[in-house]
Amino acid sequence: MQPPPKKIEVSGLKLAYGDKEVIHGISFDVAPNEIFAIIGPAQSGKTSLLRCINRTIELTPGVKVQGTVRVDGEDVREMRNVYGLRRRIGMVAPLPVGLPLSIYDNVAFAPRAAGMHSKAELDALVERCLRQSALWDEVKDRLDSLGTKLSGGQQQRLTIARALSHSPEILCLDEFSIAIDPVTTMRIEDVLKELKSTMTILLVTNLVQQARRLASRTMFVWNGEVVEVGPNDVVFSDNPRNRKTYEYVSGIFG
Amino acid sequence: MSTAAATTMFAETKLGRRKRRREIYAKVIFGLMALAMVVPLLAIVGYLVSRAWPLLSWDFLVSNPTNGMRRGGIWSAFLGTIYLVGTSLAISAPIGVLAAVYLNEYARESWFTRVVNMAVVNLAGVPSIVHALFGLGAFVLFAGIGRSILAASLTLSIMTLPVIIASTKEALAAVPVSFREACWNVGATRWQTIRGIVLPNSISGILTGVILQVSRTAGETAPIMFTGAVFFKKIAEGNPFAYRLTDQCMALSMHLYTVTTQVTDAPAALPYAIAVVLLGTVLLVNTASIAVRVYLRSRKKW
Repeated sequence: MQPPPKKIEVSGLKLAYGDKEVIHGISFDVAPNEIFAIIGPAQSGKTSLLRCINRTIELTPGVKVQGTVRVDGEDVREMRNVYGLRRRIGMVAPLPVGLPLSIYDNVAFAPRAAGMHSKAELDALVERCLRQSALWDEVKDRLDSLGTKLSGGQQQRLTIARALSHSPEILCLDEFSIAIDPVTTMRIEDVLKELKSTMTILLVTNLVQQARRLASRTMFVWNGEVVEVGPNDVVFSDNPRNRKTYEYVSGIFG
Repeated sequence: MSTAAATTMFAETKLGRRKRRREIYAKVIFGLMALAMVVPLLAIVGYLVSRAWPLLSWDFLVSNPTNGMRRGGIWSAFLGTIYLVGTSLAISAPIGVLAAVYLNEYARESWFTRVVNMAVVNLAGVPSIVHALFGLGAFVLFAGIGRSILAASLTLSIMTLPVIIASTKEALAAVPVSFREACWNVGATRWQTIRGIVLPNSISGILTGVILQVSRTAGETAPIMFTGAVFFKKIAEGNPFAYRLTDQCMALSMHLYTVTTQVTDAPAALPYAIAVVLLGTVLLVNTASIAVRVYLRSRKKW
């Protein structure tokens, strides 16, 4: 029997900023339509890891990457069309970035950059993405106003809408709930559970409970190394394979 | 009792008084310094206008100098300055802005960018008379353009280029990196990012940098003296297309110099009138640039 296909495979990933290695060989894989959570304290290389997947890491000068990242079995660093790769991946940064454009244009930016110009198609897409990110009801009457004038939480949801706007196959959420209140967070989490049927979700989070609620598997990273990766019922059980994991997820330290 | 507590709490203390007095000193001193900027400007403009008053008229602006520059107006010099400024900015602004976009948005730190940046800094520090000699050698003689508006404008462009590059780079760098990252994350190319986000949000700063060079170009005498400006020239009066780029021309800055030093018994008001026109043109352009900047700022989006 063939092994089930993997959406993302990371093997032996090492990453250094100049002489300072921040990721010391991480390997994991993510199945299609899975929510995969990555937890771990700050400075453990989670964000850099995501940036290796969509290759925006290359835009930082002085970065050395070793190891491979495969999406659908294809090495991302051998892909000719890096923009095509990035369009397959939706990326949500920890701090909300509303582009200095109208709310509508914020969401329509990526599809337009990819060549979609039909007004009707764009309208439908913008509405769909804003609904998915639980923002539509609040902004539907002022789509022309500036995205940067929204509140922090609204901007974060706008960022999520933008990440969905190019219909990605993979959605990377980098601590998306930092700027959002708990109620809205729960609404977005519900959306994520729905989105799971159409895309693979990589969830980097500081909230251990969020990983527990949403993911099917969780990886615990510490100082650029994998401490433990496994199904949630093992990682969040009373006896995960690593003692440190237990201490971290149960709040004894970290 | 609570009232008593409140009174002591908000009562004036010795420290509080001293702080407040210092605040007043600081405000007065800083205010005077700011005022010191305005006074000379008003004094200069006022003095010039009052001395120039008898000569100032529309005719003065649109008629050629006559009688060995003792009578008539300054049309050929006025138009010459406009040609020089316009042509030189038409050359240096696009090159400077595009070079700055390359340096700030595309180039990675390498020996090449270090060399370019060093050249920019050093070129900005070269005295204008040296630019003049270079222009004479490179454009007038070597390139064979001859003494002309074109050669003089090219020389002025070389002079303004580094400043335009530096100010444009600054304006581009003021656009937060997070905006660019957000665009790259959704698969936008560098050019789409620049076109869609970076340029629209830095255009006011870029324009300001370019327009500030107008006053500098209009005032320079040395670079054009060697490369294209002449002592005297008659052109069709009131016709704004009276010069061709291959012509030599008169210029206000040089005309002012000639009239004050070379022409004996010129009317006393003449140099002042020339200065007023030169200053007026520059101030007009600067005011326009401020208006544009205020307009663009009001549309600034974060």
